[in-house]
Amino acid sequence: MSILVLCEHDGGTFKKTATELLGKATGLAGALGTTVSALVLGDAPAASLGAYGATKVFQVSGDFSSYDTDVAVAALRAGIDAAAPSAVLAPASFLGKDALPRVVAQLGTGQGTECTDLRVDGGQIVGRRPIYAGKAYCDVRVGKTPAVYTVRANSFAQPAAGGGSAEVVAVPFSAPTPRLTLVERKRPETTVVDLTEADRIVSGGRSVKSKESYDSLIRPLAAALGATPGASRACVDAGYAPHDHQVGQTGKVVNPSLYIACGISGAIQHLAGMRTSKVIVAINTDPGAPIFEHATYGLVSDIFETCPALTARIQALD
Amino acid sequence: MKIAVCAKVAPDTATPRITAKGDGSGIDTTGIKFVVSPYDLFAVTEGIVLKEQGKASAVHLFTVGGDSDVTVLRGGALALGAEDLTLVDDPALAEADSLAVARSLAAAIGQGEFGLVLCGKQAVDHDNVQVPAMLAELLGWPHVSLVDDLVIDGDGFTATRNVGGGVAEVVKGTLPAVVTCDKGLVEPRYAKLPDIMKAKQKKVHKKTLGDLGLSAADVAPAATYTAYGEPPPRPKGRMLEGDVAGMVDQLVDALRNEAKVL
Ligand SMILES: Cc1cc2nc3c(=O)[nH]c(=O)nc-3n(C[C@H](O)[C@H](O)[C@H](O)COP(=O)(O)OP(=O)(O)OC[C@H]3O[C@@H](n4cnc5c(N)ncnc54)[C@H](O)[C@@H]3O)c2cc1C
Ligand SMILES: Nc1ncnc2c1ncn2[C@@H]1O[C@H](COP(=O)(O)O)[C@@H](O)[C@H]1O
Repeated sequence: MSILVLCEHDGGTFKKTATELLGKATGLAGALGTTVSALVLGDAPAASLGAYGATKVFQVSGDFSSYDTDVAVAALRAGIDAAAPSAVLAPASFLGKDALPRVVAQLGTGQGTECTDLRVDGGQIVGRRPIYAGKAYCDVRVGKTPAVYTVRANSFAQPAAGGGSAEVVAVPFSAPTPRLTLVERKRPETTVVDLTEADRIVSGGRSVKSKESYDSLIRPLAAALGATPGASRACVDAGYAPHDHQVGQTGKVVNPSLYIACGISGAIQHLAGMRTSKVIVAINTDPGAPIFEHATYGLVSDIFETCPALTARIQALD
Repeated sequence: MKIAVCAKVAPDTATPRITAKGDGSGIDTTGIKFVVSPYDLFAVTEGIVLKEQGKASAVHLFTVGGDSDVTVLRGGALALGAEDLTLVDDPALAEADSLAVARSLAAAIGQGEFGLVLCGKQAVDHDNVQVPAMLAELLGWPHVSLVDDLVIDGDGFTATRNVGGGVAEVVKGTLPAVVTCDKGLVEPRYAKLPDIMKAKQKKVHKKTLGDLGLSAADVAPAATYTAYGEPPPRPKGRMLEGDVAGMVDQLVDALRNEAKVL
């Protein structure tokens, strides 16, 4: 009755969440006196996960390069049936949100969504999670087996690779016929790490005043930091940044180590999307802006001056 | 085709603070304004728009909740032009988890002949993102989540979903299906006073679990929620001083050597 960790990968490269979750699972398994297994869908270097604490890797065979809900549900189910775990840990990714609840419904168990912490209490895994967009927190405990928990990216430290090796168990799988047909896949012009998984984010507010200055202030600073650009709703609504850049209550909920808010007032609905960021930097001309109450470092200054200076300073590092 | 919309009542997102009850058993709802959860308002509006376009014959609302939710849903959702509201209310649902809610909705929706179920992508209370996919599984239907464009054409549909990383996928399918509504799908509507007055006449069908052929055991929660509390405190921040060049230097130094994130 091991802990099964869903390890997602991008064309064979494991995502950060995979190792992050394995690292956490190893600690939990130690406290529970059990082992960690991994679940991998499709072609990826499964045995390498042994270095992060997995003793067995259940690898479902097939081509999962194009996402389909029915196929993902059946594959997850096949892997979980093969592993027969006491608990399943998965990233709160699109798959974790789109397919996993269907599997939970099939299994008749329960799911704790988007936990930011997991611990062992009374011989059981318990999740701690933000609710009401992070204005409150609660514990979630799933009392049926397997207990399913999804976890927000960047909640746990990346473990160092060790010397362990994992036994790979091939799970035979024949995919069901998808009920939906994929007609088109629209990729953004530039590919950056998704906001929800990004470790660094630079966001612009209404104060950038134009798409041109969003592109000349926010994007270069983000690029210099290896960060993903984000935006407030006012910035998106004004057309300065695309919709998928919006952070907040009706945008993306993010959890980076570094969040730089450039000319953003810090409205409650914006905070809802970024308040768990580890370090928050606020740049705003108004010393009374609410964002400063949440900032780790505050700069009362003009973004038109500060962003280029900061970009140049970062580019000059090392 | 008839549309079912699943709508939930939740605290207004403008509520500045949510506090826990002293014993941590839940949140203190005193003074909180309750509204139709914003993504569910997209779902209701989309249903009404499809009706106006002649793609749907009727829009029926479903909620698992209590009497106080009816008042909010009357003014905030029925008044927009939906036919009626089915309220599933039963003492056994007091601690309902997502699967229990999905089972209740599936039983209630299964009693009608619906071609499309519209849900919000998430309810802004527990932000669970679970009920619609579970509901689709129980109904045996496909679902498309995070949809910001939906075209209905006879018994076929084309939907655009946001799969993350800025990637949008256009998928086609055949009804019946469950669709979860994201921002951008439709401009949400808010009812005008005369429509709110008229909505007082609209029918509310109250159902217990028994009416739906369910027992208390069917909705016994697997997921339980306890220890409600405040967010972990943030370490106190620091305002940097000096001219722009000076602040930028201090910031980079602090990010590298103090916060260690660079
Ligand atoms: C249901 C609902 C959902 C919402 N969802 C979201 C959401 O998901 N995300 C979101 O962000 N908002 C959301 N909002 C909107 C939110 O309430 C705010 O209106 C929005 O966040 C404000 O964006 P802003 O900070 O860019 O603009 P403003 O509030 O206008 O703030 C601009 C700030 O820039 C500063 N400034 C101006 N010029 C400069 C300069 N040159 N240099 C530096 N600083 C400058 C000003 O002092 C000010 O603080 C939602 C609202 C509702 C009702
Ligand atoms: N109690 C409920 N009554 C009606 N619909 C609900 C209920 N709970 C959830 N839903 C629907 O499911 C969506 C997602 O909710 P959740 O899974 O709780 O985040 C909501 O936006 C609603 O459309």
